[in-house]
Amino acid sequence: MSAAVECRGVTVRFVTDRRTVTALRDVSMAVEAGGFLSLLGPSGCGKSTLLRVVADLVKPSAGDVSVFGMAPAAARAARTLGFVFQDAALLPWRTALQNVELPLEVGGRRELPKGAPTPRELLKLVGLEGWENSFPHELSGGMRQRVSIARALLGGPRLLLMDEPFGALDEITRDRLNEELRRVWQETGTTILFVTHSVYEAVFLGEQVLVLAANPGRNAALVTVDLPRDRDLSIRETPAFTTIVSGLRDSLGRGH
Amino acid sequence: MSITADTLMDDPGLKEAEAAHERARRRLAWRRRLLPVAGILSMLLLWWCLVYILEVPPFVAPSPVAVATTLVAKWPILMANLVPTAIEALVGFALGNIVAIIIATVFVHRKTVEEAFFPVVVLINTIPVVAKAPILVLLLGNGMEPKIAIAALICFFPTLVNMVRGLESVNPQAMELMRVLSASEREIFFKLRLRNSLPYLFSALKIAASTAVIGAIVGEWIGSTTGIGALIIQSMYNFDSAMLYATVIVGSAFSVAFFGVIIAVERLVVRWQPANPV
Repeated sequence: MSAAVECRGVTVRFVTDRRTVTALRDVSMAVEAGGFLSLLGPSGCGKSTLLRVVADLVKPSAGDVSVFGMAPAAARAARTLGFVFQDAALLPWRTALQNVELPLEVGGRRELPKGAPTPRELLKLVGLEGWENSFPHELSGGMRQRVSIARALLGGPRLLLMDEPFGALDEITRDRLNEELRRVWQETGTTILFVTHSVYEAVFLGEQVLVLAANPGRNAALVTVDLPRDRDLSIRETPAFTTIVSGLRDSLGRGH
Repeated sequence: MSITADTLMDDPGLKEAEAAHERARRRLAWRRRLLPVAGILSMLLLWWCLVYILEVPPFVAPSPVAVATTLVAKWPILMANLVPTAIEALVGFALGNIVAIIIATVFVHRKTVEEAFFPVVVLINTIPVVAKAPILVLLLGNGMEPKIAIAALICFFPTLVNMVRGLESVNPQAMELMRVLSASEREIFFKLRLRNSLPYLFSALKIAASTAVIGAIVGEWIGSTTGIGALIIQSMYNFDSAMLYATVIVGSAFSVAFFGVIIAVERLVVRWQPANPV
């Protein structure tokens, strides 16, 4: 299978007056098209930075990155990717629907590709039918994050980059959104790169989990999640799930 | 699973609770209206008592009754003098704020210009208004122009500072979103920065609404024959304290009305809740 995202020997350094931080050192990874890769690691391991390198928000100091065979900048310009931030990053003066429509209004006015779901359909997909005309301050944290997922899905991106999108939500909302994200992934066939520091979330969501170690951020382990495609939350109580989780805890421990 | 209007209707105590809330709300609304009125009336009464008991002569301080009589008797003169002051304040307000918004836009997009000229702006702002006035009168003559210039200068600084802050304090993740969407600087400005700056702009405009009137009045103190400022100086020289107070009341009533208009416009324009309140 062809790789959706491929990083080879990516190094990112941030030079400041006080010190130079190596956020990533020689990190390599690959996700196949239609895959779901969780990036797991402690804070400061550079997992968000790696996502930003793929999105062309951060330039790597060294290494090669390709997104569907293109350079990240070209992939971004071609709207190959959608990004979901930790903070929903909705524009507070726009309604839910207008927020989802934003990608059509910037970066050169563009039409929705033929057959692609409309903003209304996407809001329905994330379970927000009837909330189209609500403003962000009228929505709960979970609902705001759903809007931002709908916005990222507009135009049918082939790659979805998610930076701890559920990190600030309560556990109950987070569990529900985890289930729904699996469903959205299966329905849309989008490749997803998902950053998290929750081992459970990483295993429940991902087909593969890439563990990064901190200081500097580097590859620690790559684990394939051998669980059925159709998952609900009860899978977290199965022995298979528990085995993968404890295996990941080991590799997280070894990273230190 | 979801709560609908119907399930809420099943709650037997709902109607009663809503009615009680409505009563409390109405009581609070009346409280908010009546208490300030009571405060102002008691101060007027205190003023009147002091003037009456201490037998303050009319050329030192008038009684509130004398001021009210003057307000009615001299209404045409007061209004005739309010018009030039109002024009100067409004034109100065418009001019000062528009220039501030334009310069803030330039500053945000061209850091070099900001670094070079922001200190100049701060220096000009440190000159007191009463010191700027004679300079501008010499430069611009004795008509409305120097007063407009003073009103404009006085509005300019708070708006510039707030506007730069409003344009720059954009949610960093919203900024990254715009980059992911390959938005141009122009799109970022109109779709993100400008909207983001509106709450900041309005808090500056509210300050500017009252300071613009102050600027126009101070301008009129220096060699002017019409306007609220000129009337204040004339009344003072004539020891006509009732007229002086009446003029001051007209001037501040105009300020308050101007301020009220800005608040009304703000309510129309800024309908969302800012993410981080200004």
